[in-house]
Amino acid sequence: MTRIDDTFGRLKAEGKKAFVAYIMAGDPDLATSLQVMKGMPAAGVDIIELGLPFTDPMADGETIQLAGQRSLEGGQTLVRTLDMVREFRRSDAVTPIVLMGYYNPIYSRGVDRFLAEAKEAGIDGLIVVDLPPEEDSELCLPAQAAGINFIRLATPTTDDKRLPKVLQNTSGFVYYVSITGITGAAAAKPADVAPEVARIKAQTDLPVIVGFGISTPEAAQDIAAIADGCVVGSAIVKLVGEGRPVPEVLDRVAALAGGAHAA
Amino acid sequence: MADDGINSYMTGPDEQGRFGIFGGRFVSETLMPLILDLEARYEFAKTDPAFWAEMDDLWKHYVGRPSPLYFAPRLTAHLGGAKIYLKRDELNHTGAHKINNVLGQIILARRMGKTRIIAETGAGQHGVATATVCAKFGLKCVVYMGAHDVERQAPNVFRMRLLGAEVVPVTSGRGTLKDAMNDALRDWVTNVRDTFYCIGTVAGPHPYPAMVRDFQSIIGKEVRWQLAEQEGEGRLPDTVIAAIGGGSNAMGLFYPFLDDPSVRIIGVEAGGKGVDDRMQHCASLTGGRPGVLHGNRTYLLQDDDGQILEGFSISAGLDYPGIGPEHAWLHDTGRAEYVSITDAEALEAFQLCCALEGIIPALEPSHALAHVLKIAPTLPKDHIIVMNMCGRGDKDIFTVAKHLGFDMKI
Repeated sequence: MTRIDDTFGRLKAEGKKAFVAYIMAGDPDLATSLQVMKGMPAAGVDIIELGLPFTDPMADGETIQLAGQRSLEGGQTLVRTLDMVREFRRSDAVTPIVLMGYYNPIYSRGVDRFLAEAKEAGIDGLIVVDLPPEEDSELCLPAQAAGINFIRLATPTTDDKRLPKVLQNTSGFVYYVSITGITGAAAAKPADVAPEVARIKAQTDLPVIVGFGISTPEAAQDIAAIADGCVVGSAIVKLVGEGRPVPEVLDRVAALAGGAHAA
Repeated sequence: MADDGINSYMTGPDEQGRFGIFGGRFVSETLMPLILDLEARYEFAKTDPAFWAEMDDLWKHYVGRPSPLYFAPRLTAHLGGAKIYLKRDELNHTGAHKINNVLGQIILARRMGKTRIIAETGAGQHGVATATVCAKFGLKCVVYMGAHDVERQAPNVFRMRLLGAEVVPVTSGRGTLKDAMNDALRDWVTNVRDTFYCIGTVAGPHPYPAMVRDFQSIIGKEVRWQLAEQEGEGRLPDTVIAAIGGGSNAMGLFYPFLDDPSVRIIGVEAGGKGVDDRMQHCASLTGGRPGVLHGNRTYLLQDDDGQILEGFSISAGLDYPGIGPEHAWLHDTGRAEYVSITDAEALEAFQLCCALEGIIPALEPSHALAHVLKIAPTLPKDHIIVMNMCGRGDKDIFTVAKHLGFDMKI
């Protein structure tokens, strides 16, 4: 059992949907992003998705790409991101943290070394965009063995034939990508998403969380209502990018969480 | 074959798309089903005589293949050593080897029912080749090109537009070739159902590296019979040399000779201002280490944190921070040697080739030629070097003029 499993157990008991929020580690600097991160649980965030910056984020739109650039320009690294998680864990031992990014910084660190450090720092799950099931031996299987959830993306192009393969080594939850596209682009349509979520749930007992294309409390509510929860990323990162003060960012996070929790 | 335990160097990649530890399919889930479909379609096409009949016909009547294998007598005499042959792929339609591969991918795209083609381009040669073939087949074509390259390669941008392509200047990241590839991948993931991504080099997720290599292998296959025609039955080159950015022209020349142990294989990377810790180069093998980018594991220019660094070269066609995974494997197994050549050395070779052979080479093969200049004098007169003249220099005259201090303003 990880903090992720515990959190879904609690939400189920409370009859609530999960609200997952994304920020980029080190954006625009380490101190500010840590402040936002620390304020997230009180703002209603059930699971924190922490972006690991990468120079070439092929699956992300401009908002998250620019956030990664700001972060890297501020000197953020994988090591500093794990330090940030350790610092967060000093005052919060409960909220699950999922590290989301691309494989190369992890590969560069060395998979075994990274997993040991990530576990010790308090990371609960990983979402690595450029590691499909075909590459499970790279990180997915070693991560599970190390007690870290490997959360897989399922997409509108994942057909029924392929879905079992995608679900096979997934743990924690399934992240359904609501659109064919990049983060922060088109809006997710509940009418399109609902049958897809049902299709996935027919093949797994894991919670299904929907992300990509959700930017308002209303959309969060609509999408959360047809799944086990939703993820908001670009809409939050955008405010950080505009240089809004931390309390304002957290107010918006709370409004989005309110939407998801009203579902 | 080889005496290091490898029976053949020509059987890769394996079912996972790996050449040793290199290659693979490091892409997002959205693209995975499409990549598997592409692999199946390509595997079928590869053994389909109708597919190759269409390729052969277009290679002959549209591209102008076979390209000549030309003995360069004055260059040979000037260097006073090995006999130098140039494989004249710069004489192809559109002026480079790029079209060999584009034709194959576009025929495949048509068979898959795709109606929209996207491509990335650095110097613009692959973009021009893609725009050309799309115009010929009436397909919609979108080319992603770094904003900086759009500026310095204006003639190629205009060519692509004349050919009906939409050229999208890429400003994301640092606006270079690798960012153009990122934006092409973003487009593909968004328009996956009707769009085919025509990759210009032997990189990207499996099956691209193998597929592009197979299409480019026409270069080496022709060299085999052309050299036998000129030098006698069974005569193989002693050394084959080609320039490497992503490595497609080199793979095309090298591949048919991988299992001929007497053939020495040399790839030439762009050393920019010199391969040292200032990173003013794009020699991924000599100055990088293994990593994962753009769908494959290969040697990459990167920092300690695994962040990708920008390459630097006088040649826009070489400034990519990675290299095809098969080259990474050939490097690690020792089957091929990889060296680097600086901008200054390439410029010198460029001028010598113009003066002695009446051929204006592109800056990319000028790097390969610069290495020929280094080794030919040390080799015996019966040693045969075949160098791939993979592109013509028309596109580069502005860059060269600038470096030589010649004012091109009309």
